[in-house]
Amino acid sequence: MLETSHLTVTFGDTVAVDDVSLELPTGEVLAVLGASGCGKSTLLRTVAGLERPDAGAVLFDGVDVTGVPAHRRGFALMFQDGQLFPNLSVGDNVGYALRLRRTPRGQRERRVAELLALVGLPGFAAREPTTLSGGEQQRVALARALAVRPRLLLLDEPLSALDRDLRERLAVELHDILRVEGTTAMLVTHDHDEAFAVADRMAVMRAGRIVQTGTLEEVWRHPADAETAQFLGYAAVVTGPAAEPLFTVAGRRASAIALRRSALHVAGSGPLSGVVRSARLSSGENRLVVDVDGVGSLDAVAGMDVGLRAGERVRLELDTSRVAFLDSGPSGTGSAGDSTHAARRHIRGRRARRTP
Amino acid sequence: MSPGGQKRYVALAAAAAAVPLAVLAVFFVVPVVGMLRLGFFPDGELDLGGVVETLARPRVGRVVWFTVWSASLATAVTVMLGVPVAYALHRLSFPGRRILRGLVAVPFVLPTVVVGVAFRTLLADAGPLGFLGLDGSAAGIVAALVFFNVSVVVRTVGPWWEAMDPRREEAAAALGATPLQVLRTVTLPALRPVVLSAASVVFLFCATAFGVVLTMGGLRYATVETEIYLLTTQFLDLRAAAALSVLQIVVVVVLLVVTGRTRPSPVERVTVDTVARRPRGTDLPALIVLGLALLLVVAPLGTLVVRSLRVDGGWSTEYYRALGDADASPALAVPVGTALENSLRIAVDATLVALTLGLVVAVLVTRRTRRPGPRRLLSLFDGIFMLPLGVSAVTVGFGLLVTLDRPPLDLRGSPWLVPVAQAMVALPLVVRTIVPVLRSIDERRREAAATLGAGPLRVLATVDLPVAWRPALAATGFAFAVSLGEFGATSFLARPDAPTLPVLVYQLVSRPGADNFGMALAASVVLGLVTAVVMLAVERLHLRGVGAF
Repeated sequence: MLETSHLTVTFGDTVAVDDVSLELPTGEVLAVLGASGCGKSTLLRTVAGLERPDAGAVLFDGVDVTGVPAHRRGFALMFQDGQLFPNLSVGDNVGYALRLRRTPRGQRERRVAELLALVGLPGFAAREPTTLSGGEQQRVALARALAVRPRLLLLDEPLSALDRDLRERLAVELHDILRVEGTTAMLVTHDHDEAFAVADRMAVMRAGRIVQTGTLEEVWRHPADAETAQFLGYAAVVTGPAAEPLFTVAGRRASAIALRRSALHVAGSGPLSGVVRSARLSSGENRLVVDVDGVGSLDAVAGMDVGLRAGERVRLELDTSRVAFLDSGPSGTGSAGDSTHAARRHIRGRRARRTP
Repeated sequence: MSPGGQKRYVALAAAAAAVPLAVLAVFFVVPVVGMLRLGFFPDGELDLGGVVETLARPRVGRVVWFTVWSASLATAVTVMLGVPVAYALHRLSFPGRRILRGLVAVPFVLPTVVVGVAFRTLLADAGPLGFLGLDGSAAGIVAALVFFNVSVVVRTVGPWWEAMDPRREEAAAALGATPLQVLRTVTLPALRPVVLSAASVVFLFCATAFGVVLTMGGLRYATVETEIYLLTTQFLDLRAAAALSVLQIVVVVVLLVVTGRTRPSPVERVTVDTVARRPRGTDLPALIVLGLALLLVVAPLGTLVVRSLRVDGGWSTEYYRALGDADASPALAVPVGTALENSLRIAVDATLVALTLGLVVAVLVTRRTRRPGPRRLLSLFDGIFMLPLGVSAVTVGFGLLVTLDRPPLDLRGSPWLVPVAQAMVALPLVVRTIVPVLRSIDERRREAAATLGAGPLRVLATVDLPVAWRPALAATGFAFAVSLGEFGATSFLARPDAPTLPVLVYQLVSRPGADNFGMALAASVVLGLVTAVVMLAVERLHLRGVGAF
């Protein structure tokens, strides 16, 4: 089990990692989710032994490894762009750590072949890394990191450098590969989809601090605060009196409610009503912005077959599986002003993108 | 660096740093300080009177003035010539481009005495350009300095220009800028730092030029550098020489600081594949300048070769044959073949020393650390080894002469004195060749190796070595060439019975008589040829930035 205890890392005046305490049970995969610059990579590097903490400790299976240099920790780190050794073949890259541990040649070759098959690149051992595509390099880097069955695998935005299709496919594969190998892994990413696809547990990091930890389900259902909810992909967070109509429909009260873009959908007999502000076709659905009576501007969807124009009145249904209730947290309690602010910010963002 | 448990590696690094530091201390700091002592504390007490008296001499005033204006003029001409040549050789694609690049690079490593002799032959009254009446003139010296330094500008600016993102220029052109406007508003501003950096290095080399000025200027034109030599060896006025050395060190240190400020950071480079294109009509001016530069390179060397084969109006290899004969001239203490052997042997030793120390320094200064303390220490360490670049070889040679003559550092008889002194001259070039390549390695590749279980030495072997061997090989050739031609320090330190080839050439040139001069020509050709072969071998390694600053 990996533990970080009150870990703090500073660079000059900047506190990159601020009093972070985390636990990662053996065999599980933890995703540290945060925006760029939140300190998540520094946290990962500190666990790897590449940065020295100013305070706190890194423990593995109860043993303090804070003073152990990176190459003696028995961990492995995989960077977002692979960082293969260009002077070694694919096979030698994968077998690198095995050779350092003086694994006999036959055994090494078997393990390399097994790993390359595992990452979907059988027969690639003799290739040069420079002849591989980005996705292939990433797979080789993963195989290399897994070669000696590290006690802990650290992944720094492992899929961010890849295009979307490949990223989605590899995320699923990464999930399966980690389970096959039974690897304990810590992954940092800014992409919540990647985190959900690969991990069992999640820690949300902001400005050097961990703001929430839990299983995927827990974090997803109960984001700690509005900012976390938005980072997880919730389109709007509504609080205060503006949230009352939504609470009534959902049959549950909390300090705030976070809605996915598709939480509201047009239905002739829906309990909510509003005026369409804008409508835009997108793949598979009709995306609306609706000024919901008593609430404010929110995203909603309608079927492709429903022709809607700005200014029309519609009735809306709330899909409670696409909302989250926020119970506490400093930014979770706010006034109606806050709520419309959040929604408006979202709309403004969309308009900006549409304007060429 | 990994935290904790790293004490062993810090100790290892400190031990590794201690070796080059010790060598630098004995062969560079001690002599320079000893020389300073001689100037300021002639009788063990501070005496500034002597320094003031020396600096107030009218001849010293003339020497300083000549040093400043000749170096300034030569720098200006070198840059005006070098920038278009850099463009033509690095942004345009035409057949023979690589050979021309090699050719332009040759003068920089040619032994300075060879350059001096070549220009004298070219400009002599009987020479091809004799009608210009430039023999022994200041203009001739400036031309030789330009000849010598054009390659510094080309090899510093060229790779930069080649690596510059062409899309910025294309964007300007797409916005309606004419080629000239693109050059003025986009290209030149982007090149400014690297051109300034090259110019300050060229100025440094021109202001401390020794061999060229000594062979061409005689007593009439002297720079601070040659004046130090003359005061020491001809007039035995050590105090005045020391005072001038002090003056020079002050100027050079100021210049080095300025150079350090303007040195562009390597991160500004982009690694877009730039495709050199075929020349167009608008490239004509650059190609004309290239032609001029090639003429400047070829004319003196060609004349040198031709003249060395002309005896009494006919073709003959007599001068070459005389090189093997010790009795051919009273100026020869040993046959030229022996001197060449000395030169080669010393160059091998000097190269070994320079390369070993250079690799250690390069590896140490490229270790990255985010902690401010060690980082400052590393950058100081880096700076210290650039010092020999600026402090004149004559000062070092002279300093060694006056400090290493008593125990515990009596090294006068040591066969290592000359090689190590030459290694000090070559060291900055070795470091400058290897460091940029090591710096270009993504630090995370080293970290990836470390987390896979590789210790610091193993990381070095896995990540750094595969990339470093080529620049190291190139630096080897470079150091070898520099050492072969080194004259400033060697002229002080070489034992009379074991002169190097450049020393012998100088001895032949300073003697009267056509035979002596003819043999000097032949010896220069031999020396130049050996150096050029080494340099062209380096060029074959396709390495960018060798001899760049």
